[in-house]
Amino acid sequence: MTDAAPADPRPVQGAPSRPSLLATSDRMKRRNAAEARFRAYGLIAISTAGALLVVLLWNILSAGLPAFQRTVVTVDFTLTEDQFDAAESVLFKTREYETYFIAALSDQLRDRGLDLEFDSASVERLLGKVGATLRSHYRDNPDAIGQPVRFELPTSSRVERYFKGGFARADIGDTNRFITAADLDLADALKQAGVLRTAFNWTFVTGVDTGSDNPGGAGIGASVVGSFFMMLVVLVLSLPIGVAASIYLEEFAPQNRFTDFIEVNISNLAAVPSIVFGILGLAVFIQFGGGQLEIQALKASAPLVGGLVLSLMTLPTIIIATRAALKSVPPSIREAALGVGASKMQAVFHHVLPLAMPGILTGAIIGLAQALGETAPLLLIGMVGFIARYPETFMGGFEGPNSALPAQIYNWASRSDATFIEKAWGGIIVLLLFMLTMNLIAIILRRRFERRW
Amino acid sequence: MPVLWIVLIVFAAAAIGYAVARNRALASAGGNARGLHSLPSYYGWNAVLMVVAPSMLVLAAWLIVAPVVIGWSVAADLPNRDAMRSGDVSLAMSDIGKLAQCLTVGVREGAIPPEVARGASLEGTDIRETCADLGIALGSDVTRETLTSAQAYRAKTATSALAMGIAVLALAALGFGYAAMRSNKDFRARNVVERGVLVLLVMAASIAILTTIGIVLSLIFNTVAFFRLYPAAEFFFSPTWNPSFGGGSTLGILPLLWGTLYISLIALVVAVPIGLFTAIYLSEYAGPRLRAVAKPAIEVLAGIPTIVYGLFALLTVGPMLMAVFGRDGIGWMQEASSVMTAGLVMGIMLIPFVSSLSDDIINAVPQSLRDGSLALGATPSETVRQVILRAALPGIVGAILLAASRAIGETMIVVLGAGAAARLSLNPFEAMTTVTAKIVSQLTGDDDFASPEVLVAFALGTTLFVITLCMNVGALYIVRKYREQYE
Repeated sequence: MTDAAPADPRPVQGAPSRPSLLATSDRMKRRNAAEARFRAYGLIAISTAGALLVVLLWNILSAGLPAFQRTVVTVDFTLTEDQFDAAESVLFKTREYETYFIAALSDQLRDRGLDLEFDSASVERLLGKVGATLRSHYRDNPDAIGQPVRFELPTSSRVERYFKGGFARADIGDTNRFITAADLDLADALKQAGVLRTAFNWTFVTGVDTGSDNPGGAGIGASVVGSFFMMLVVLVLSLPIGVAASIYLEEFAPQNRFTDFIEVNISNLAAVPSIVFGILGLAVFIQFGGGQLEIQALKASAPLVGGLVLSLMTLPTIIIATRAALKSVPPSIREAALGVGASKMQAVFHHVLPLAMPGILTGAIIGLAQALGETAPLLLIGMVGFIARYPETFMGGFEGPNSALPAQIYNWASRSDATFIEKAWGGIIVLLLFMLTMNLIAIILRRRFERRW
Repeated sequence: MPVLWIVLIVFAAAAIGYAVARNRALASAGGNARGLHSLPSYYGWNAVLMVVAPSMLVLAAWLIVAPVVIGWSVAADLPNRDAMRSGDVSLAMSDIGKLAQCLTVGVREGAIPPEVARGASLEGTDIRETCADLGIALGSDVTRETLTSAQAYRAKTATSALAMGIAVLALAALGFGYAAMRSNKDFRARNVVERGVLVLLVMAASIAILTTIGIVLSLIFNTVAFFRLYPAAEFFFSPTWNPSFGGGSTLGILPLLWGTLYISLIALVVAVPIGLFTAIYLSEYAGPRLRAVAKPAIEVLAGIPTIVYGLFALLTVGPMLMAVFGRDGIGWMQEASSVMTAGLVMGIMLIPFVSSLSDDIINAVPQSLRDGSLALGATPSETVRQVILRAALPGIVGAILLAASRAIGETMIVVLGAGAAARLSLNPFEAMTTVTAKIVSQLTGDDDFASPEVLVAFALGTTLFVITLCMNVGALYIVRKYREQYE
């Protein structure tokens, strides 16, 4: 019937016996073992990556959270009119205030059943220059004289580090002029009495950078403001320019060499190392713009320059995101608009662009978050100087020298004091919180307005 | 007139122009918008474009060109111009520029009386000290000639500013008049405005090109200036990096390149296996639940700013390695910052980069290839190794190239974690430094911009830019080619 040879049901003599379906052959065992190993490698890789993430985050939190706490000594203190007059009339006024303060503190402790001996030197080691603080308070608020006032005095950074476990009591010698064992006894007693306690460190959130003599008082506030002004520049420049460029490339550009050149340019710019943008900012904005063209606003450490550099860096990100968003709007929308008589420009601006807006905004926010964390170019344009003040005017926020969040973190990290290192980790928490918020907004925007066609 | 005022006036004129042109057009159609060629607002926007665009273009061009022209004309008037070499001329010009700036600032702050600034002799005033008080450091002593030139410079600048104000405002007024005149019912305002908007869009798209040109120019100019002061052969082939700001420094790029490549290599050794296996597992084995958790979690690693990784290297990984390999342990390590420290942390940073790129590429391999392989009896891992990875190889090579270029250009991790000593050594536990770290350290000092020790940073930047550009172009080419293959 067919010319195919009939199948021979019997096994050929001498050929190896066929593998049984029921027993696993050695070769199959090896292959299965290889399969299991391969899966294990994959699992190990994923768990390594996950573990690294956990270690990193745990490290950030454990090192940075203490920066948000500080130890304060709460003292109820009443200064009478006579005391004020007496203190103001002598030569060493702040010392006089200190004497009153020590008396008040001793009384307060005695009320709680603690009888401690301490002199002004150890108070100064524990609490810094108390007299000056009190004096300036009463000179600024004369009404407070005679009234009971509750002072929350931050302790010196060494006491703070002692309570945060930065060093053990055994580590300090007898000759340490910054702190003695007796001071620590006093501090421990104060803590037991409830006078000394941990409180949220508002100075860290709202304060400005300090010198190395007062690491505990350093705050991140001013550099957050610097970053804010930079982000404002980035938003105002890179969003409109990026959207305009994407509209042209996606909707109007003819297929020619010029357009190809722009596209290659954009994808390459997205991968240029950030430090090269810093060189660009230094050479073009500061050297050429501020130096040779004498444009006053363009000078080193100005958030305006930082914002310009970061805008150029963010542009490719925004352009890529915007083009993707425009591409996802179906052609039927354009065709319908053109069909009822809209011009091409009207179709794009009245119909396509609004529909693509959520995607564009998401991309812009992610681009901004990236720009917020960028450090290297800021180092080159001099945003790492010591700036211990807030900008005074709105325009001054753009032109005046200021720091930025990541640059401030770098600055603190390169100082050797352990308190500054702690502040650097704290600054990272602030930075990550901002980035997290921005990314959450982006995710919510996407969830809320995403449209599947 | 300050530039800000000019801009404000122009924009105010544009706002008025909008209203005038719109109303004139409506009036010409007897108040009935249906009689117009375009919607009424287009007539207004036409006026805005006419007022703003030409005047702002001229303003920008003037701001850029005028100082250059003034500089040339002052340089041409230098008393002993013919006897000077080009370097001397630029030095003299920089002095003149600084002095002129100092005079301007001084007059504004009241520290220098206007007569001095305008032409009286400088007897009796120590202009150098006054300038230093104002925050402007003059290079050499102020000679009579320098002062005269600086005064001429100021006078020309003032004239130019005045002329600029007049020209810009005149153009704005012309545009206003022209737009208002043309606004009648037959004028095709929409077509004109749309053409104008299209031009704006093209200009925005060209910013990308401008940025590239800016990068290239700023690198090339300063690199050329560096090679004038320092032999190129020595820069590229000398095995020592020893800058001394007193002069006589050796600036060889080799140890920096070695450090860069060594650190990148370690980073890739960490990142590529982990990233690749993660991608393979997530795309081939993992169920949707693991994918939904693991993918975003790994991408969190990509969103963390590099300064965080830098701090992690400096304060956590460095001391940890020190405890194992340092003096108390095996004794290979002298200090916490080393090639290993920076490389390991950079590897962590690159994991998500490698994994998400490879994930995309593996997912782009057609399902039919997988099905065919499995149908022939291959196990899933055999399918991955012998079919998917082979098919995806060009794409994965591209991804690794992109990651390598990222590693080479990375700055903060190496600035904080790799150390500052330039060494040619094989020991990964020794501190070495990289191209990017040296760019930062050479450019963040307060040194003179004309010294080779500062300018070398631009030569380093050019090298870095060229290397990363080649890698990116290559990688993008490979990736694109690969994508096209399966589309």
